Amino acid sequence: MSLLTIIYAGLFYAATAMLVGGLAYKIYGYWKTPAPLKIPTTPAPITPLGAKLRVWREVLVFESLFKSNKWIWLFGILFHFALALVLLRHLRYFTNPVWEWVVLIQPFGKYAGFAMVAGLAGLWGRRLVVERIRYISTPSDHLMLLLLIGIGASGLGMKFVAHTDIVDVKSFFLGLMHFNLQPLPADPALLVHLALVATLMVIFPMSKLLHAPGVFFSPTRNQADNPREQRHLAPWAAELDK
Amino acid sequence: MAKAEFEVPSYRKLPTIPALKEGATAHVKPYVADAAVQDALGYPGELVEDWHDKAIGRMGELLDKYRSLRVYLDACVHCGACTDKCHYFLGSADPKNMPVARQELMRKVYRRYFTLPGKLFPGLVGAADLTKDVLDDWFTYFHQCSECRRCSVFCPYGIDTAEITMAAREILNTVGYGMKYTNQILGKVLKIGNNLGLPGPALEDTLQGLEEDIEMDTGVAVKMPLDVQGAEILFVTPSADFFSEPHVESLIGYAKVFHAAGASWTLSTHASEAGNFGLFNGSYEQMRKVAMRIREAALELGVKRIVVGECGHAWRVIYSMWNTLIGVGAGGTDPFAIELQKQLDPRFKQPMHICEYTHDLIQRGVLKLDKSANDHRVVTFHDSCNVARASRMGDVPGGQFTIPRDIVKATCNNFVDMDQDTIHEKTFCCGGGGGVLTDEVLEIRVKGALPRMEALNKVVENNKVNFMATICAICKAQFTKVLPFYGFDMGMVGGVHQLVSDAIVLGDKE
Ligand code: SF4
Ligand code: SF4
Repeated sequence: MSLLTIIYAGLFYAATAMLVGGLAYKIYGYWKTPAPLKIPTTPAPITPLGAKLRVWREVLVFESLFKSNKWIWLFGILFHFALALVLLRHLRYFTNPVWEWVVLIQPFGKYAGFAMVAGLAGLWGRRLVVERIRYISTPSDHLMLLLLIGIGASGLGMKFVAHTDIVDVKSFFLGLMHFNLQPLPADPALLVHLALVATLMVIFPMSKLLHAPGVFFSPTRNQADNPREQRHLAPWAAELDK
Repeated sequence: MAKAEFEVPSYRKLPTIPALKEGATAHVKPYVADAAVQDALGYPGELVEDWHDKAIGRMGELLDKYRSLRVYLDACVHCGACTDKCHYFLGSADPKNMPVARQELMRKVYRRYFTLPGKLFPGLVGAADLTKDVLDDWFTYFHQCSECRRCSVFCPYGIDTAEITMAAREILNTVGYGMKYTNQILGKVLKIGNNLGLPGPALEDTLQGLEEDIEMDTGVAVKMPLDVQGAEILFVTPSADFFSEPHVESLIGYAKVFHAAGASWTLSTHASEAGNFGLFNGSYEQMRKVAMRIREAALELGVKRIVVGECGHAWRVIYSMWNTLIGVGAGGTDPFAIELQKQLDPRFKQPMHICEYTHDLIQRGVLKLDKSANDHRVVTFHDSCNVARASRMGDVPGGQFTIPRDIVKATCNNFVDMDQDTIHEKTFCCGGGGGVLTDEVLEIRVKGALPRMEALNKVVENNKVNFMATICAICKAQFTKVLPFYGFDMGMVGGVHQLVSDAIVLGDKE
């Protein structure tokens, strides 16, 4: 077993542990912190089911963003949907036999990589050009875009320029999943791609990428507008009534 | 035009977004509360020596108590969608008045003390120590936010800057760096029962005087009962309604409506304030204390219903939070809530807005309204931010927009709405909400009013609008002060029930 394989295997085990552990920790924190008051941004749905649908509209079609800024919405949607397709396409490297629907989306997933990078480029362009957004950007905002573009570009490079032996890549990942290490091809584009992905996994639970779980916990979006009908009381607040 | 010591912004030809002017309103800050004011609320009288540790400690506590704060400090992606949504930014061009930049004042401290990347690489992730300069920035810019929630409408994650502003103010208070205006008023309501500090006998006098005025005006003996044991309705209204112009015109309107409906109603000296500035400070405990006076009055008088007058932030607290804070509402299962809820009549919405009350009477044909009495007016309606984005009226979402407009339309022949992007949930704050209604920050109040004034100016020019109706005591006070800076007459603003008052035909007159 080459040192490279061992390093990358270690890297992915560590990154996965940090991603899962980190996210679990953050989500547990959101979940156990109460929202003591009713603060849905109104007009809001008046039933809990309606509020759930509202959250899903935010997740799936970026409803509020559409109201506020069509350009950010467009680039954001482009990037996120393309990313979703690309991620689903990547399931083929983790399943054996490959699920039928994953096979079906391969052709779309392949080109979605371009859409993803285009969306990212659009977002970055705005961040650089629009004075207001430039003002609020931190170095990490730029690096995050660079990282994602790097992942996309290295992936596209392997797909369309210098092919990697994906059969070996697949056996490496299946091996990881079954704790049975298989050699990883020493292809530079692949190594860059995987290193960047592992980096993304590590920083996910301690960066603004927390917007992904955060949107589900946002009280202005997930609360039903029914304060007169139901008494909403947080445990720490209930103490005051005693 | 009113004279100003600062530049009143001019209307923009197109709705362009201003270029940034760093530090444009950095000099605008409210007076710091003195020791007496702070003491009355149980806060330290001046900035404590260990303010740094205390502030970080309080922040940690709030992070554990408020999910909004915890999630919102993490979730922002700096997308910039909110950057052009705040009226204070549009009017001042100060970049720190962009909602996300305002949040960032706290978020950078949060990152530094509560996240790993912020501890390890502060420069990289935009984290910063809590220095005295940062604390001063908090005091300045968290008092240039009216907690109007316009930004939260447009944020993809619903991040509500108001939640962050409230937390910041609570932290500032905890370290003895409070704001005079809000805290002084809280002291008054807790001690005397209303924001004006109007004692019981003075209130009684005022009401008597008003009753005489109405009778002279209309020939009808419309009453304004006070502290009537066993009345059916307890009516709670912002204390500005007793004293200020144009507020008092709406008070007269409410009284006429109750009279026409033959209602058994009463005001209360103990609960002579609907407003609740505890909201502005982001203090659950203070909000609860202020609201408790209403619970106590309701229990003591034995009323069956609670109806409230025209006030924006008050209606937010009343509609969205009273059930939580003091059990006015339905569905309570604990002894505290049941004690009051078994007394209240479940056939009615509890609490109820006066607009819901009047609207229902109009629907049922109980009120006689003569629209021609308002024929000298062309009316528009300003949605108050807290009513629009933090509450509801009636049974369906958006009732807070239709019900007051229905009332206005029932009282006059000429009504036009302002630009679609400035009404309903997209409404612009008047510029004086959230505890900003104090003269030492007049500059930001005038600048923050710009987007509303632009929209108003359009309907004035195109439709000859000469009256802007609203249902908020703060909006009324703010516009009265600010309209002249834009060349309008201050008498242009008034309450919805002022229109009702002018149009209502009192039965026993005919
Ligand atoms: S809550 Fe209102 S005043 Fe405060 S930042 Fe948001 S838009 Fe501006
Ligand atoms: S819209 Fe929301 S996520 Fe975007 S910058 Fe503003 S607060 Fe952050």
